[in-house]
Amino acid sequence: MGQSIAEKIIAKAAGKKTVQTGEIVTCAVDLAMIHDSGGPRRVKPAMEKLGVGVWDPAKIVLVSDHFAPCTDAESAAILKLTREWAAEQGILNFYDQQGICHVVTPERGHLAPGMFAVGGDSHSPTGGAFGCYMFGIGATDMLGVLVTGETWIKVPETIRINWSGQLGTGLAAKDMALKMCATLGMDGGGYQAIQYAGETIRNLDMLERMTLCNMAAELGAQAGIIEPDEVTAAYVEAAGGTPGDWRDFQSDQDATYAVTHEFDATNLEPQVAAPHSPANAADVSAIEKAEIDQFYIGACTGAKLGDLKMAASILEGKKVAKGKRLTIAPASSQILTQATKQGIIEILLDAGASLLPPGCGACAGYGVGVLAEDEVCLASTARNFQGRMGASSSKVYLASPYTVAASAVTGHIVDPREVL
Amino acid sequence: MAGRVWKFGDDVNTDVLAPGIYIKLPLEDLASHCLEAVEPNFASYVQDGDIVVGGVNFGMGSSREQAAQVLKALGVAAVIAPSFGGIFYRNAFNLGLPAIVSNEIDQIAAEQELKIVLKTGVIENITTGKQLAGEAVPENLMDLVEAGGLVPYLEQKLNKKG
Repeated sequence: MGQSIAEKIIAKAAGKKTVQTGEIVTCAVDLAMIHDSGGPRRVKPAMEKLGVGVWDPAKIVLVSDHFAPCTDAESAAILKLTREWAAEQGILNFYDQQGICHVVTPERGHLAPGMFAVGGDSHSPTGGAFGCYMFGIGATDMLGVLVTGETWIKVPETIRINWSGQLGTGLAAKDMALKMCATLGMDGGGYQAIQYAGETIRNLDMLERMTLCNMAAELGAQAGIIEPDEVTAAYVEAAGGTPGDWRDFQSDQDATYAVTHEFDATNLEPQVAAPHSPANAADVSAIEKAEIDQFYIGACTGAKLGDLKMAASILEGKKVAKGKRLTIAPASSQILTQATKQGIIEILLDAGASLLPPGCGACAGYGVGVLAEDEVCLASTARNFQGRMGASSSKVYLASPYTVAASAVTGHIVDPREVL
Repeated sequence: MAGRVWKFGDDVNTDVLAPGIYIKLPLEDLASHCLEAVEPNFASYVQDGDIVVGGVNFGMGSSREQAAQVLKALGVAAVIAPSFGGIFYRNAFNLGLPAIVSNEIDQIAAEQELKIVLKTGVIENITTGKQLAGEAVPENLMDLVEAGGLVPYLEQKLNKKG
């Protein structure tokens, strides 16, 4: 019987020829990604108690992003501890205030097809865009990985999601992700592995593939994965990584899928998720034209270079509506540099946007740009749980960068195709 | 184990269990905001040994371990739900907080007394006298429960090696 890409990677990490779904196996971890919030400050006390150090400093990527840059004495102390721990443990790949881990890790060439990787953050499935089996774990789970180099996994079933047709103008992977949340629900992934496939996926660039895999988390999947191709290999190589034997990591023709879902991009409308769940997504035409206080383009999901380009394509020569604020937090320093060189930042600032430093910003309520009581936000982020971006009575709608930018011009939620 | 029930709906997420704006605070302060967006009295009135019963996808969302840790800090002895967010499920056992999968939570109401046998997953509703089915806790996770969590488990393992 054939194996899916997820099963092939898990089998390799478990040192087995094949694996059976439902089987619990112990896997060697190729890469552990950690950040300032769930990383050093949480694992340091237990590591000291156990009297051990990290298993392999070269296989760890540490990124300060949640509390970076710090906003008060508490967050400053967290970042200080992060830096001290990195030095103590001899962490070779430490990116301090350079952007969000899910974006920084691949753009610095640390991910390659076939890797079995864990991240101390729920959006770690982003790594699946690169043909890695990558999933999020909590701090104590991560502690186990950091000191042993291993973790357990219950071999997931693979759920195949096929996309056909071409995305229309003003539409993006974010609309596809929200459409899947609305159709399949936040437990549609059932903590199994989602494999995205089909011509629409093949035609997406790496940044858009990252958005889809990122939001496998919102579908409740353990991982989201796309079979690597020339596009993947070219990105990995340009980032300084090694694409390796990416042709070996493809699902077999006779691989078994728990279920196959079919979606068509052809007539997809821009999607907007109403508070307080990504699964509340619907066609923008069916969403009430809610008044918005803050428009937010940020996060690993929605502030990559492609996302900023989408926003700029809308905002060129236009202004943010009077009395409204558009806040933009690029996902990494590298993105900020590229966007500056390409004139994108100038377009955004001319439109009246305010720029935050690269990092997680307001997305999870940890950093700058959070919401006051009863404020309403339209965001290009992944998650709109109650109170996530600030005060518990605040509300968040989710949409693509196109929709957020277009709505910032009108002041309320609008179909970006009316503004383009 | 036995305890009194707090009952919640579907999709109780990590951000209402451990709100991001309080995440920098010491654990006991963070715990005082646990579930306040959906049940403002929870953190003040929950008692040692109480059992939290939720709907589908309990603990979905973030990987933040504090979502399970605050429940444990408040004295919660176990969580029962038809399904769990996968990361929360692992986090709970890593901290020594058992998470039991059961499709019969409609047979449980707030304030009732339950008794759980982890090895078999059988839940006895002491108040109604009914026995409810749950999934047995997998062996590798029972090891964590018995050790009191992953850290004490690793401690035992490393000491054996040493």
